[in-house]
Amino acid sequence: MHPAASLIAFTTLSGAGFGLLAFMGLGLGVSRGWAGAGLFALGFGLALTGLAASTAHLGRPERAIKAFREWRSSWLSREAWLALAALGTLTLFAALRLANLPALPVGILGAALALFTVAATAMIYAQLRTVPRWHHWSTPAIFLAHAVTAGTVLTGFRWPAIVLLMATALAQFVAWKTGDARAAASPTTRESATGLGPIGHVRPFEPPHTGNSYLTKEMVFVIGRKHAVKLRALALALAYLAPVGVLLIPPHIVAVAFAAALHLAGTALTRWLFFAEAEHVLARYYR
Amino acid sequence: MDGDQTQRPPGPPGREIRKTTCYMCACRCGIDVHIKDGPSGKEVAYIEGNRDHPVNKGVLCAKGAAGIMQHRSAARLRAPLRRVGPRGEGRFEEITWDEALEELATRLDGIRRTDPRKLAFFTGRDQSQSFTGFWAQQFGTPNYAAHGGFCSVNMAAAGIYTMGGAFWEFSSPDWERAELFLLFGTAEDHDSNPIKMGLGRLKARGVPVVAINPIRTGYNAVADRWLGITPGTDGLLVLSLIHCLLKAGKVDLDYLSRWTNAPCLVDENPKSDMPGLLLRGDDGKPLVIDRASRKAMPFDAQGVRPDLSGRIRRAGITHRTVFQILAERYLSDEFAPERIAPQTGLEADQIHRLAADLAHAAFDKSYEVAQTWTDFRGETHKTVTARPVSVHAMRGISAHSNGFQTARAIHLLQILLGAVECPGGMRFKAPYPKPAHAHPRPCATSAADTPLDGPHLGFPTGPEDLLVDADNRPLRLDKAFSWENPLSVHGLMHMVISNAYAGDPYPIDTLFLYMANMAWNSSMNTSGVMGMLADADEDGNYVIPYVVVADAYSSETVAYADLVLPDTTYLERYDCISLLDRPISEPDHAADAIRHPVVQPDRNVRAFQSVLVDLANRLKLPGFTEGDGTPLYADYAEYITLHERRPGVGPLAGWRLGQTHLVDGRGDPNGGQLDHYIRAGGFKQFDVPESARFMRPWNDAWWEFSQRMGFTDAPQPYLFELWSEPLRRFQAAAEGRGEHQPPEHLRAMIRITHDPLPIWYPPLEDGHADPVEYPFYALTQRPAAMYHSWGGQNPWLRQIHGMNPLFLPTHLWLSEGFATGDWARVTSAHGEITVPVARMDALNPNTVWTWNAIAKRRGAWALSPGAPEARQGFLLNHLIHELLPEKGDGLRWSNSDPVTGQAAWFDCRVKVERVPPSGVSHPAIARQTSPVGQGRKVVARRTGDVPAPPPSAREVLRGAMAALKDRIGR
Amino acid sequence: MTDLPQATGKRLGLVIDLDTCVGCHACVIACKAWNTEEGQSPLADMDAHGAHPSGAFLNRVHSYEVTPHDGTAPRIVHVPKSCLHCTDAPCVTVCPTGASWKRAEDGIVLVNEAECIGCGLCAWACPYGAREQDPAQKVMKKCTLCVDRIDNPALPEIDRIPACVRTCPTGARHFGDLGDPDSAVSRLVAERGGMALMPEQDTGPVNRYLPPRDKETELDILAPLLTPVTEGPKGFLGWLDRALEKLG
Ligand SMILES: Nc1nc2c(c(=O)[nH]1)N[C@H]1C(S)=C(S)[C@@H](COP(=O)(O)OP(=O)(O)OC[C@H]3O[C@@H](n4cnc5c(=O)[nH]c(N)nc54)[C@H](O)[C@@H]3O)O[C@H]1N2
Ligand SMILES: Nc1nc2c(c(=O)[nH]1)N[C@H]1C(S)=C(S)[C@@H](COP(=O)(O)OP(=O)(O)OC[C@H]3O[C@@H](n4cnc5c(=O)[nH]c(N)nc54)[C@H](O)[C@@H]3O)O[C@H]1N2
Ligand code: SF4
Ligand code: SF4
Ligand code: SF4
Ligand code: SF4
Ligand code: SF4
Ligand SMILES: [Mo]
Repeated sequence: MHPAASLIAFTTLSGAGFGLLAFMGLGLGVSRGWAGAGLFALGFGLALTGLAASTAHLGRPERAIKAFREWRSSWLSREAWLALAALGTLTLFAALRLANLPALPVGILGAALALFTVAATAMIYAQLRTVPRWHHWSTPAIFLAHAVTAGTVLTGFRWPAIVLLMATALAQFVAWKTGDARAAASPTTRESATGLGPIGHVRPFEPPHTGNSYLTKEMVFVIGRKHAVKLRALALALAYLAPVGVLLIPPHIVAVAFAAALHLAGTALTRWLFFAEAEHVLARYYR
Repeated sequence: MDGDQTQRPPGPPGREIRKTTCYMCACRCGIDVHIKDGPSGKEVAYIEGNRDHPVNKGVLCAKGAAGIMQHRSAARLRAPLRRVGPRGEGRFEEITWDEALEELATRLDGIRRTDPRKLAFFTGRDQSQSFTGFWAQQFGTPNYAAHGGFCSVNMAAAGIYTMGGAFWEFSSPDWERAELFLLFGTAEDHDSNPIKMGLGRLKARGVPVVAINPIRTGYNAVADRWLGITPGTDGLLVLSLIHCLLKAGKVDLDYLSRWTNAPCLVDENPKSDMPGLLLRGDDGKPLVIDRASRKAMPFDAQGVRPDLSGRIRRAGITHRTVFQILAERYLSDEFAPERIAPQTGLEADQIHRLAADLAHAAFDKSYEVAQTWTDFRGETHKTVTARPVSVHAMRGISAHSNGFQTARAIHLLQILLGAVECPGGMRFKAPYPKPAHAHPRPCATSAADTPLDGPHLGFPTGPEDLLVDADNRPLRLDKAFSWENPLSVHGLMHMVISNAYAGDPYPIDTLFLYMANMAWNSSMNTSGVMGMLADADEDGNYVIPYVVVADAYSSETVAYADLVLPDTTYLERYDCISLLDRPISEPDHAADAIRHPVVQPDRNVRAFQSVLVDLANRLKLPGFTEGDGTPLYADYAEYITLHERRPGVGPLAGWRLGQTHLVDGRGDPNGGQLDHYIRAGGFKQFDVPESARFMRPWNDAWWEFSQRMGFTDAPQPYLFELWSEPLRRFQAAAEGRGEHQPPEHLRAMIRITHDPLPIWYPPLEDGHADPVEYPFYALTQRPAAMYHSWGGQNPWLRQIHGMNPLFLPTHLWLSEGFATGDWARVTSAHGEITVPVARMDALNPNTVWTWNAIAKRRGAWALSPGAPEARQGFLLNHLIHELLPEKGDGLRWSNSDPVTGQAAWFDCRVKVERVPPSGVSHPAIARQTSPVGQGRKVVARRTGDVPAPPPSAREVLRGAMAALKDRIGR
Repeated sequence: MTDLPQATGKRLGLVIDLDTCVGCHACVIACKAWNTEEGQSPLADMDAHGAHPSGAFLNRVHSYEVTPHDGTAPRIVHVPKSCLHCTDAPCVTVCPTGASWKRAEDGIVLVNEAECIGCGLCAWACPYGAREQDPAQKVMKKCTLCVDRIDNPALPEIDRIPACVRTCPTGARHFGDLGDPDSAVSRLVAERGGMALMPEQDTGPVNRYLPPRDKETELDILAPLLTPVTEGPKGFLGWLDRALEKLG
């Protein structure tokens, strides 16, 4: 799949934002005073920037509002509602907290909604049978793990953050490996795609068009095997190991910020790989 | 949400449908052009097939459906142009039509008054050859031909000399009755929709299709059996099939004895003036032995039953029949499948099986069709015998230097099976059948201010018909009808530019090209030809002094013109698809058709044919003007309606004026004729009477119909010529017999190649380019969705075929370690190209190939210089030379069939080496300036939409950047 | 609407004969031409004269080289591909706006362009690559089975078939109701073993493909190999005389 910048930004930033907000909603972060305001601003900022980035992926962003319509069947629609609900609830939570009023029930609800939002985002991908690499419970699991980890890192909970970073690293590694296996084991082959399997081995001869099309640009993105391995290693280093290293030095706001930045950059890279490595079954028609 | 789409007003698809004829290829399908009102008047909205039309019956190919984009093309020329930069650069100034026509008329008038030969007028994809030829004839130049010589003259000549009809548009397989279909060397062909429809019918009926082709794509891909033959060896295969059939006695003896010259007696006396001709009676008619009386009688005597095993003894010499000589030759073991299989790249077993299948279909599946008819010997038959084997062949056979004889071999095969003009076999299309001797002889006698002495192209019957002077020097610029290629019945357009450049046989003044992209895809040695067009002598004068190009689009050749005459598109002009020209008839009916302006041009362009009429009027050409110079026709539409070739016979056969009412065929011109055609959907069919639908060459009813329609003036029944006397006359001359003698250096070649019976010899290039050094044949194929060079300007079609790789056979791919995305250097004895490659398994192992004419010169066709067509696309033509490489005899043989002059495109031998990926194919020809700018970035227009604004500054800048990059890149 | 109809009355679709398709792209262009002129908006082409032309098409013809395992000759097979109007169309259920929908009466899957936000999710969900975003309108385009022809009372009845079917020169494309076991298309599918593409994707495609036939084996037994006549008395000429005698 084409690793669109808008989608990488969307999933990374909104995931982190909702993770942070969820964290705060559970009352685990500083949610009062300037520090609280700052963290809320960061959480809402990340979530909203992510959501805004997602509309850049729309062909007709001016019609984005229509996306709320089909929540009964569409994960994208559900995600839109959940995001709205989560942001709404958490705004109330933030207002209450900043006004120093009790808000835990609202916070818990907001946190749940935020995590559901992240899960719904992941479900947009996980539901797609056409992308064997995504079509698995591990997709929402990984998205949630990243959201929670980012939330922890951003709020500066040192040891939980370190533990979560290591756990997510492991999860990501396992997800890559099982994803590879799923992609390799996909029952959809050139033979089944063309129905010509019973006759013999099928090799693409000429594509329907000599240039690119929406389909080839969007869904037949190819990334070299060697290249992918290097990028995975880099992502592991950047998203998890480097932040852990930074967090191990004495806590300081700058260190936390640096660790968070590294983690987010690394997450963005894992997201780039999430898209770039995902083979759409349609590619069987072309390659 | 709900049903929005279906609630769109279900308006009619177009406010109006105008019916005309497609021009996106030479198939000439009927089209329904949907017209709607646009901001600036009537606009073409959609084009679909005309269901009533005899050619396509409603279907339409990709090119036809994309005709709308060709009509709207950004590459359309917009006004007459006069060159301002050097030739080839493409810089022009717009001039008025009056200026253009005055300039041209003055020049032509000067030529005509001194030496009309100095005008060379050659037309390419011309569909009005009977008109353009007539114009050239009235002008008086011998130097006229259309593109047939580089296209498929082998097919036409072999068919017409053998049977009075040919594959090339002049016949059709009997799709409805065939039980076996053989397809030789065909990718698309001119009859592309009918062949596709026919294949569909065969498939629906479950009839097996056998494809003989080195490459298995398209039609060949769906064949039930594929013989991946080595190029140039079909003659061997066919003669081997003939060997098997003769050996098994699986030939139609009755058919052969009655309708062919198989029973004619051959003069076998080595001492006679010209041995090898047929023995004739006093009336000059070939003799046969009558089986009843055992006497020699004229072949057409009433009631005669010619004897295939007849012999006659005269002066101690036994003269045998053609059939006996033929059987003796082909029964020889030299044609046994086991012997020839290795050379053809096939298994002997495959050949045995095919022979068996042919016999099975022709004889075991034969049946009688009730149809009473009377033959030329006066015998009435109650039935016609079906021989349900159909064969079709095209350029894979004809574009080789042995193609004429190979095509003859195929016809011999068909005839031995009795499968021509019978139900289930090959059936002629009106105005055919028409034997070679019923066509005129070629003419080339020219004199100042005088029309030519007759039509340019014709069918020589012997050396006396050649167009050479007393010293054997060719009279025509292209050297057609000279000893080099005596039966060049379509001329040799591919030799015109190089001969004009060399001043051989004489220099010319004006080269006038219509509808031929001769500076690109229709030339051999393209870079060389571009050089010749642009080359100047020491005084700085162009070697070819004046070049006029009539084109509708900004082609590569336009850049080499001194004067450009911009044509309309096919939807903006009158045209006539005439029975005097290339027919669109089907076996059961003759047919002709028109084009008419379904919309008006929005540019300063004129229909070329009308421009020719205008020129003729300015030049006061006879045939176009009265004695006092008054024009007979104001334009082409008037010519179509009023011109008479012979009394009562004009371009269109429908709705002519009879004594009391309108008639078809012969009749007086009718001023309202075009309106009748327009009302009738743009065409007219003339049903062949049922009794005249089979066995036409020998069928009285056919000759009656043919005369009534004006195809012939008298009945001309004839025999199929298995033994070709015209060929024998040339062969005998080469043996030193007769008064007209070939130049010494050609004797051996003529003796071998002009055999009166079909023979096979290796493609000539095999003897010139070392087969070990150059192990592969390099071929091209027509892509179904692209028409030569002119489809590339089409924004839809160019997405399908925007570049072309060279396809390599698997063993080469693997042995050279090729991988996807690789490039190769391809070298012939003549030149070298660097190109992208791709792998193909379903390919003869000695063959590499690519799609034809995808490549474009940078800056042509309103495309960006960075277009993939101009960067990765390539022409194989750079590797093919009009002359064969020197082989030590001091001679440069023409790369043509020595009989017909057919360009031997497919003889080309190459070697292939892997090179680092280059991204740009070589040679990369310098960019030409576009007189029409570059087409729009976004095309998303439909009728009624206001045309998009002119390109933005950004677009212009990007275009300039691309051009700059391109320049730096070179 | 995003919900799929429980069951559709008819199941309209195409049956494409891979044994007959010569890969000519006629259907591709007829489709482009018709839908550009008559669709909800024209099918755009970007960089139409440039280095990277790329436009929206609703029907594309792929070609494959198939090498039989038994070592017989490889062949090229052309596979035209447009929307297969799936029974369980995943492209419909993923759509957040309801722009994608399936008609209850005949099962045709459509996009209402005015409602489409161009999120591309439906194209992701379609395993076949049957949906393309228009590069200019930025809305989703797909084969409509030519609803504006098959339903269109302004067209003569004979023309109420998809543009691609009407134009196909070989007659490889058939249109009809695959829900009716007696329809011509259903019978073709039954006779020729019509197949679904990517059955494992469980989309329940309506369109069917007729596989290339194996005529080679059929041909093998057609004709007995020829027996020579030249071995009889006096060889070929002896045979000739005898054969001519028989002819009379
Ligand atoms: N390597 C290789 N080369 C080949 C062949 C091959 O098989 N292999 N095939 C050969 C054969 S058979 C042929 S016929 C030639 C074909 O080659 P060409 O005869 O050159 O044919 P086109 O490329 O179609 O070019 C015809 C010209 O007609 C112009 N044209 C199009 N429409 C109109 C119109 O309405 N009016 C006017 N006035 N002009 C118009 C086009 O712009 C173009 O410049 O190529 C030959 N070249
Ligand atoms: N779509 C489309 N249609 C066209 C044209 C076009 O440009 N585009 N051009 C038109 C013109 S001008 C012409 S002349 C016709 C030509 O129509 P075709 O005769 O179909 O011409 P080519 O495409 O050159 O195909 C030649 C075929 O012969 C095969 N071949 C080559 N050498 C041999 C051989 O030695 N033996 C055998 N058995 N096969 C061989 C090649 O593999 C190829 O399949 O098409 C016309 N129709
Ligand atoms: S075959 Fe195609 S391009 Fe040729 S005349 Fe017919 S519709 Fe037009
Ligand atoms: S083919 Fe693709 S677009 Fe068509 S219905 Fe099936 S899933 Fe949807
Ligand atoms: S692109 Fe349009 S039709 Fe497709 S899912 Fe998104 S909104 Fe629906
Ligand atoms: S049915 Fe209509 S929209 Fe669908 S592929 Fe055919 S022509 Fe295109
Ligand atoms: S029009 Fe017919 S033969 Fe041509 S590609 Fe389409 S389905 Fe195949
Ligand atoms: Mo041609």
